[in-house]
Amino acid sequence: MSSNSFSYNEQSGGGEATELGQEATSTISPSGAFGLFSSDLKKNEDLKQMLESNKDSAKLDAMKRIVGMIAKGKNASELFPAVVKNVASKNIEIKKLVYVYLVRYAEEQQDLALLSISTFQRALKDPNQLIRASALRVLSSIRVPIIVPIMMLAIKEASADLSPYVRKNAAHAIQKLYSLDPEQKEMLIEVIEKLLKDKSTLVAGSVVMAFEEVCPDRIDLIHKNYRKLCNLLVDVEEWGQVVIIHMLTRYARTQFVSPWKEGDELEDNEKNFYESDDDQKEKTDKRKKPYTMDPDHRLLIRNTKPLLQSRNAAVVMAVAQLYWHISPKSEAGIISKSLVRLLRSNREVQYIVLQNIATMSIQRKGMFEPYLKSFYVRSTDPTMIKTLKLEILTNLANEANISTLLREFQTYVKSQDKQFAAATIQTIGRCATNIVEVTDTCLNGLVCLLSNRDEIVVAESVVVIKKLLQMQPVQHGEIIKHMAKLLDSITVPVARASILWLIGENCERVPKIAPDVLRKMAKSFTSEDDLVKLQILNLGAKLYLTNSKQTKLLTQYILNLGKYDQNYDIRDRTRFIRQLIVPNEKSGALSKYAKKIFLAQKPAPLLESPFKDRDHFQLGTLSHTLNIKATGYLELSNWPEVAPDPSVRNVEVIELAKEWTPAGKAKQENSAKKFYSESEEEEDSSDSSSDSESESGSESGEQGESGEEGDSNEDSSEDSSSEQDSESGRESGLENKRTAKRNSKAKGKSDSEDGEKENEKSKTSDSSNAESSSIEDSSSDSESESESESESESRKVTQEKEKKTKQGRIPLTKDVSLLDLDDFNPVSTPVALPTPALSPSLMADLEGLNLSTSSSVISVSTPVFVPTKTHVLLHRMSGKGLAAHYFFPRQPCIFGDKMVSIQITLNNTTDQKIENIHIGEKKLPIGLKMHVFNPIDSLEPEGSITVSMGIDFCDSTQTASFQLCTKDDCFSVNIQPPVGELLLPVAMSEKDFKKEQACLSALHLLSKPRNANRNE
Amino acid sequence: MKMIHSLFLINCSGDIFLEKHWKSVVSQSVCDYFFEAQEKAADVENVPPVISTPHHYLISIYRDKLFFVSVIQTEVPPLFVIEFLHRVADTFQDYFGECSEAAIKDNVVIVYELLEEMLDNGFPLATESNILKELIKPPTILRSVVNSITGSSNVGDTLPTGQLSNIPWRRAGVKYTNNEAYFDVVEEIDAIIDKSGSTVFAEIQGVIDACIKLSGMPDLSLSFMNPRLLDDVSFHPCIRFKRWESERILSFIPPDGNFRLISYRVSSQNLVAIPVYVKHSISFKENSSCGRFDITIGPKQNMGKTIEGITVTVHMPKVVLNMNLTTTQGSYTFDPVTKVLTWDVGKITPQKLPSLKGLVNLQSGAPKPEENPSLNIQFKIQQLAISGLKVNRLDMYGEKYKPFKGVKYVTKAGKFQVRT
Repeated sequence: MSSNSFSYNEQSGGGEATELGQEATSTISPSGAFGLFSSDLKKNEDLKQMLESNKDSAKLDAMKRIVGMIAKGKNASELFPAVVKNVASKNIEIKKLVYVYLVRYAEEQQDLALLSISTFQRALKDPNQLIRASALRVLSSIRVPIIVPIMMLAIKEASADLSPYVRKNAAHAIQKLYSLDPEQKEMLIEVIEKLLKDKSTLVAGSVVMAFEEVCPDRIDLIHKNYRKLCNLLVDVEEWGQVVIIHMLTRYARTQFVSPWKEGDELEDNEKNFYESDDDQKEKTDKRKKPYTMDPDHRLLIRNTKPLLQSRNAAVVMAVAQLYWHISPKSEAGIISKSLVRLLRSNREVQYIVLQNIATMSIQRKGMFEPYLKSFYVRSTDPTMIKTLKLEILTNLANEANISTLLREFQTYVKSQDKQFAAATIQTIGRCATNIVEVTDTCLNGLVCLLSNRDEIVVAESVVVIKKLLQMQPVQHGEIIKHMAKLLDSITVPVARASILWLIGENCERVPKIAPDVLRKMAKSFTSEDDLVKLQILNLGAKLYLTNSKQTKLLTQYILNLGKYDQNYDIRDRTRFIRQLIVPNEKSGALSKYAKKIFLAQKPAPLLESPFKDRDHFQLGTLSHTLNIKATGYLELSNWPEVAPDPSVRNVEVIELAKEWTPAGKAKQENSAKKFYSESEEEEDSSDSSSDSESESGSESGEQGESGEEGDSNEDSSEDSSSEQDSESGRESGLENKRTAKRNSKAKGKSDSEDGEKENEKSKTSDSSNAESSSIEDSSSDSESESESESESESRKVTQEKEKKTKQGRIPLTKDVSLLDLDDFNPVSTPVALPTPALSPSLMADLEGLNLSTSSSVISVSTPVFVPTKTHVLLHRMSGKGLAAHYFFPRQPCIFGDKMVSIQITLNNTTDQKIENIHIGEKKLPIGLKMHVFNPIDSLEPEGSITVSMGIDFCDSTQTASFQLCTKDDCFSVNIQPPVGELLLPVAMSEKDFKKEQACLSALHLLSKPRNANRNE
Repeated sequence: MKMIHSLFLINCSGDIFLEKHWKSVVSQSVCDYFFEAQEKAADVENVPPVISTPHHYLISIYRDKLFFVSVIQTEVPPLFVIEFLHRVADTFQDYFGECSEAAIKDNVVIVYELLEEMLDNGFPLATESNILKELIKPPTILRSVVNSITGSSNVGDTLPTGQLSNIPWRRAGVKYTNNEAYFDVVEEIDAIIDKSGSTVFAEIQGVIDACIKLSGMPDLSLSFMNPRLLDDVSFHPCIRFKRWESERILSFIPPDGNFRLISYRVSSQNLVAIPVYVKHSISFKENSSCGRFDITIGPKQNMGKTIEGITVTVHMPKVVLNMNLTTTQGSYTFDPVTKVLTWDVGKITPQKLPSLKGLVNLQSGAPKPEENPSLNIQFKIQQLAISGLKVNRLDMYGEKYKPFKGVKYVTKAGKFQVRT
């Protein structure tokens, strides 16, 4: 907003002052030019001129004003020709604003819009992925049917783009094209099928969205991608997570058998507050013996659990509904805590969440009972929130908590918000009917309310008391008498009608009052509300039948009044009653039964929650909120009796590998920006270059394959290095930059624990990193050795390796002969040193030696194997109960890069606290350095703690002796490193290796392990 | 699921001052259904967030005196839309310093560009503030001056890399001369205290807000002395869930700038310390047009810290005409229109407890109010996390420099209500 607006002001001159006045109300910006939007032709003339000027600034200013018009909802369509010319502008902001304009008006000006198409087509081929993506975005947003074929082509191409960002946009474009031309469905499904196989977290959400939009019934497309989607889920962006979870919920309901057992329902409802969850689980487990859950079913439930911790309320709700609809009932309990957490959020979120909780709490009280107090109402809550909370409190009420609740309700009844007070009275009525123990208490309480000052409260009480009395046809004469008196004062029609009905029903119990009431009512009949009139008629009829002596005339008088009433219903009712009760010659057989008809025992009304039937809608949906089936709502199917073939979800890796045919150009682009590229592209491309290979689907197979690629593919070195960098997991940034401490230990462990041998799909995204990193370590000539026996091992191995590679990578030359990973896979003795490694200081030496070679040769890789063997540092007997073990995690040491990191685990085996554990006097040979751990204040009995320290052994195997001290004692201990632990894993070519070997031939000790790594 | 079709921004007086369509244009007249519902609800707070109309569904949020009304055509999880609309409002807040009609109108082009980036075909695209700020630079005075001279724009010329990275929440190439990381541990006490002063319900809701100005790609680990205290936690997406599960350490690569790291709840099972007590006696006499009002505030379990920033807000019953009060400390106002009494107390000094007493004038002839009004209390205690949560240490990996680190603790009253 700018100097240009100023110059414009000058141009437009005199006319402006008047305009200012006209437009004063629509002022968008105080800065002048913006405030002057107008549909005035002359004005637009100015805009046209500005758009045609040579200066970008003038154009930009014009575009800004046009966007302002669009925002205001004003018509700017006549500027179309002038605007569309600027679609090829070099200025990125002008371009963007032109896009905004195009998307808004292209539909109206189809012919002119075609002028812009060629620009987009050109941009679709741009080397920059973001330009390709935005071109596709705008092209697909232009709703011009004539370009459907162009869009289709663009989508197809983009879906095979190397950039996941472009593919994501392609997924979005699918939906747009589908809504523009549903005829394209079949072709679009093909694209969806292809994109569903995409492994990028960026694409997953969008393509599932497209799937839901275009072909939600093609559940068969999901089978092969099911496991992948489950595993990617945590790393998908939050909006995509919601969509995927909803889709997988539907999927699970069609593919797995029910984990619920008959009687589960009952059990849940009966679940006692004091009964622990474990009991519950045990019980259900026992019953469920014959049922075993499909591992894929379990996978989904397990992988969605962390998302309950999401900051996004929609994600939490999505997981909650997934648990509600597909998890075993004993496990659904974990969602309540998260849902209750959402209640702290803004009122809109509260509203939706409370609605869902209301539905859930009807079926499974136990779930929310512990959080009863979170639903207590505050005087500052909006009424709609208050009523929902009340609803939930009612659902949760039981014998144990009802007295607390009633006390709470007492406060609510007095609320200044009378609508809410009335709702509370309804609630008390419901509690009274549901819980027999408190019926009388509630009834008394409600009777007290009858003397309340506020009419709404009294009226509501009357209505509720009426319902309660109906349920207990015992003697409540006193209450009825009291209510009859109220008729004089109360004016609310519903309440009056209720009282009349009650008196009519019990007219034989209050024989004296009833005719008197009728007399009063006859007097005021004409001025009563229709609702009340109907009840007066009823009362009259009932009294006529039971006490005709006293009331005959009165009733006839009322019937006469009713006959000429203005209301159709009342006239109708009058005629009907007259025929029934007044005997005359015309009256048929029915009048004999009049008494039976009028004074029949009426069933008590059921006081039910308005949320009772909502559970047939999937929770968290719009339909559930509105309690109407919304357009496009997809029914959740019932569990199948027999599970469909689970093997459809098994994945043969080769199939998806073939899909992408990468263009060389784009590949380079990727390696240039390695950090941001996605690993799977390369993975895919490498796979595709070797489709002849029969893939076992195992890790090692894949490695071998990529190794082959290393030999055959021109770009292999580039590729593999970029591959090292590219990762799909969230961890990536960390891994790329981090040189120091790693949590690899924990991770390696968890991976091997997971230990699903059968396929790679069941791994976390972390381990998919491992896949991609394996290339450089594998070699072409030894695939045969890679056996499945070492599979899990190798996975761990590659992972570790990758991590270290980050530290000091030097690009590999083209024809590297890679280290033979598969060769040392079988090594499993922990003492053995499976990897050639040099400590950093040695590495520096080697680099010095190597100056002659033009290509750099050393690239440190992650250790292929970390032994779990621990060495005893201090035995508990000699340490007076303090035991210490150490092991080498083979991670780069965080305390200094020459140090070897050592992890020490301290255990307290005594029954007392051990305090102030620290390292005392050190006796180190010359040159050795040691970084000690921070003193530990105290260690609980049976407690254990792991600390890490670093020792620089100066590449020697000298012993580091030091004292491990507690508050009271000092113990001398020492660490002597095995040779292997001093080395760093390194990847280098065979040629280079030989060269190195020659140089080092004198250093027997050091060269040996590198050669003999297999033997060890 | 077609998600969001159109968005209308409506101010309190019912003017539609901005509209944006992501698909075909939907006429403004659809908002009439909304206005109808608004009229029925009387109070803005009670406008239902989801409204069904013959052809569309309207999902709306109310924020900062503005309604964000979105038009939906088909089934969609309502929370999805609500959460997104709040994210839009947050973004405006972030960009313009406030989410007001004036700010939006002043920056209508940026607003439009933002909306364009945030949603594609009705489906959220870029909602992370770090990415958006790379795509569209927020307005600053300096920049608007520079732009007007050079004719350059607010749109970033370098295309954002963040969206393509695996750390979509952090922008690339961050550089600071002073590297700082600050954490604010803010705990709020939600409580309902009954007439007699006993606690009906109390729990602690906490958040850790971070302000991180660190260069490069720092990788932070934050550990607590007593992580077991946290009963239920929700995380910013940057946090590695597995580390938390296994070690109870918050490990993350932070977004640049201000963000909410976690929110947590300390369960109501633990006893929650209530730092203040209120002695109150409010009574309305039958058949006379006056009543008595007397409240005194004192410190209770304040852990030896000063309680400050105390304000008491009372929604008096409708029949109250005026109040004549005297206070020993601070100042009070009574708004005869809204019937809200606000007493700004300030600090509590235990030697002399602040009190507010006097007469209440009632409308003559009207029945006396049945219920005494609830007291809503606000207070603040610096340098204290009432739950006892303590940050143990913050470590940084991945970068060489030494950052300046700081942690601040504050305890506040959340929804703190005393029934009288």
